[in-house]
Amino acid sequence: MIECIASTVATESANSPGWFLVHAVGVAMGSVGLVFFLGTAVGMVRFPDFYTRMHAAGKGDTLSTMLMLGGFGLVMMEDFSLSSWLLLLKILGIVLFIFITTPTSSHALMRAAFEDDEMPLGENDLEKRRKSRRGPSAK
Amino acid sequence: MKEWFAIIMGASLLVLMIPILYRIVVGPTGFDRILGVNVIGTKTAVILVIIGTLFDRVDMFVDFAIAYALLNFVGAIVVSRYFNRTVPLQEMEKPKSRPRRRARS
Repeated sequence: MIECIASTVATESANSPGWFLVHAVGVAMGSVGLVFFLGTAVGMVRFPDFYTRMHAAGKGDTLSTMLMLGGFGLVMMEDFSLSSWLLLLKILGIVLFIFITTPTSSHALMRAAFEDDEMPLGENDLEKRRKSRRGPSAK
Repeated sequence: MKEWFAIIMGASLLVLMIPILYRIVVGPTGFDRILGVNVIGTKTAVILVIIGTLFDRVDMFVDFAIAYALLNFVGAIVVSRYFNRTVPLQEMEKPKSRPRRRARS
């Protein structure tokens, strides 16, 4: 019974409803990853401080890359042959690698910045910056 | 459908890289620039997979993406260690004020 189902699924073309569902899940994951990368880009431009920018870049970059690569791995699947399983395995290997290394490099960069006496912004600095931004426009 | 998904995704990734490029160019500190380079390098791995989809050679381009992710990680770690050890030149010529740690017997 299971072999019969597997053989029919394997001989189905890529336009069958089952594969359409898998491809739709892949496209949805890629789109959600794109939204997270939009958050990273906006955060890296608008945040006032190095540490807050690192917050945006570290989190958004990791999650968006994982979602996009996973979505592409699902979109790439078209049959149950060995090569396509190997491809999915390789893409999941990249996802695992990025899941481990991007937070590590963010942590190393943050530590280097902190030991290099890069201080985070406090409330007084924010107030000063707000005043200096308001000053020229008030004139 | 697959080709159009890849094309739209790659184009929007390239467009969204522009703000990060802005941060690399005008970043106040060097760490901002390294962070931007790191983000763009991670996204380049994704773009390599997309290019592989467009050329129908994903099995080859996935290996490129693995190598690029590895190089990106090593670059970030090396640069952070370099900044960690950097000492200004004036302090390097001065005699050390800190007492040296005694070697363990």
